[in-house]
Amino acid sequence: MSAAMDTESTYSGYSHYSGHSKKAHRQGRDRHKSPRSKDGSRSEKSVTIQTPPAEPLLGNDASRTEEGQDDNWGETTTAITGTSEHSISQEDIARISKDLEDSVGLECKRYLGLTVAAVLGLLVFLTPIAFILLPQILWRDDLEPCGTVCEGLFISVAFKLLILLIGTWALFFRQPKADIPRVFVFRALLLVLIFLFVFSYWLFYGVRILDLKDTNYQGIVQYAVSLVDALLFIHYLAIVLLELRQLQPMFTVKVVRSTDGESRYYSLGHLSIQRAALVVLENYYKDFTVYNPALLTASKSRAAKHMAGLKVYNVDGPGNNASGQSRAMIAAAARRRDSSHNELYYEEADHERRVKKRRARLVVAVEEAFTHIKRLQAEEQQKAPGEMMDPREAAQAIFPSMARALQKYLRTTRQQQYHSMESILQHLSFCITNNMTPKAFLERYLNPGPTLQYDRDRWFSKQWTLVSEEAVTSGLQDGIVFVLKCLDFSLVVNVKKIPFIKLSEEFIDPKSHKFVLRLQSETSV
Amino acid sequence: CYFIFFSFQQRIEIHKLRQGDNLILGFSIGGGIDQDPTQNPFSEDKTDKGIYVTRVTEGGPAEVAGLQIGDKIMQVNGWDMTMVTHDQARKRLTKRNEEVVRLLVTRQSLQKAVQQSMMS
Repeated sequence: MSAAMDTESTYSGYSHYSGHSKKAHRQGRDRHKSPRSKDGSRSEKSVTIQTPPAEPLLGNDASRTEEGQDDNWGETTTAITGTSEHSISQEDIARISKDLEDSVGLECKRYLGLTVAAVLGLLVFLTPIAFILLPQILWRDDLEPCGTVCEGLFISVAFKLLILLIGTWALFFRQPKADIPRVFVFRALLLVLIFLFVFSYWLFYGVRILDLKDTNYQGIVQYAVSLVDALLFIHYLAIVLLELRQLQPMFTVKVVRSTDGESRYYSLGHLSIQRAALVVLENYYKDFTVYNPALLTASKSRAAKHMAGLKVYNVDGPGNNASGQSRAMIAAAARRRDSSHNELYYEEADHERRVKKRRARLVVAVEEAFTHIKRLQAEEQQKAPGEMMDPREAAQAIFPSMARALQKYLRTTRQQQYHSMESILQHLSFCITNNMTPKAFLERYLNPGPTLQYDRDRWFSKQWTLVSEEAVTSGLQDGIVFVLKCLDFSLVVNVKKIPFIKLSEEFIDPKSHKFVLRLQSETSV
Repeated sequence: CYFIFFSFQQRIEIHKLRQGDNLILGFSIGGGIDQDPTQNPFSEDKTDKGIYVTRVTEGGPAEVAGLQIGDKIMQVNGWDMTMVTHDQARKRLTKRNEEVVRLLVTRQSLQKAVQQSMMS
């Protein structure tokens, strides 16, 4: 059985500081864009890890032709770089990959990996069949006749192989969704395990059976059955190692965006750092509000004003005491009586008032605009064919009455570049088609939404770099911090272990709930 | 100068006043072992479940006899009042055949001690 091995080891930039080899450039693997232009993929969201292990298991024609037709067949097969095949240790991987990279181009490395994986998968799958067929081909006449028992075993081999095929397809044939820096350790281990396993079976078979021309055919068939059984168990092991182990949450990670401090918490299981980074990024696109550089200009200008206006003159001579100078500047700035906090307070209050006013105007304008549209029922549609409009035309008809208010609101909240007129019209016709209320239409514009909601060119965050002090294939531990950097900002991820919870039990008898009155009477005598 | 709290006991004799068919004493009591001691404003210790004088009517027999508000009633005619219920206390004070009740009360008093006299 071929395990899921995905070792696309081309990654984005430097992956960790421990001095291992630097990969030169990264590869984007976005399935939806046109593939392989040499650096065309750079502009796509490229930290996609080739998760899948989609390797062709059977050598039959169906899967072959499927691969041939599929333009991205390379992406659906497991990629094994030379590193994972030859060694497992970090240094060896680094060294070999460095050699590989120096000698071969990256594209060739990927194809080499895929080819090796495909070959291994094919080999593994055909082995039981070969074990059964070879004696029949080579020394048919000497074999002992082996009636119903062997036929029963043939059926069981066939079905087990079918189950193995379906299981592998269900579990490992997946579209790659990310490029990650380093090889997946578990996948590499599993692949090596399978290789050794099948190799030893072949060794035994070659020495004991082929050389000696064993005539006990039933024994041979049972040997093949045992191989298939063991492959099924390896498949089970793969499920447990690759899928089940990371399901139970063990860590809570806090993700903070560096530019505005927006933070979220996620629960993760036992993952390697690079996979945890993947999970964080997948959730980033749907949970965090979109990064808007226009919102940061205010604080930058304030920061610039703090230190401006202070000059240091060196009276004592030409010595250059840099640290002394900066400390003096900081002290002077702190002592200076500036009213920037006042400015900030009034500016923010003012801004809020303005936003609320514009918002109120916008809501009123949109509500009024929506009252001009009425949906025609089926019977009415035949009566007045001349005036009927489809959603797009209806949207265009009512758009001008709300356009000004909407644009003013977007300008005030600095969102104007995220919404073009075309996109607004599209959204309006969408809402009209689906009977949405004005408030539902406005939901998209009133507050900034997650990054996925917007057009790809406005994302500001497509290529990511994982910066980590630990090796990225090592597992998560309590207290690990790693950073996911993109060009404009970074996400700082802090890992904490979920605390050990001591839960004890207390039984309360339902009849034990009794009460008394608290009295305070006063009697006159 | 500093203040000293101390309590002293006093014996008070009240002659009941006849009003129509009833004999009244002219004060109200609160407290008792069946009551909530934390709501007693006069007690120093909020777990004290004794009987306290909560009101003294002006000009009544109790005021004339010297009973003050906040007094804790320890005994009535020799009967102990520190561990009785509110109703039992009421009954002991309003026996129809008694015209005089002799109370043993405890009163907290506030005295200002003069420091100079102590020091000189």
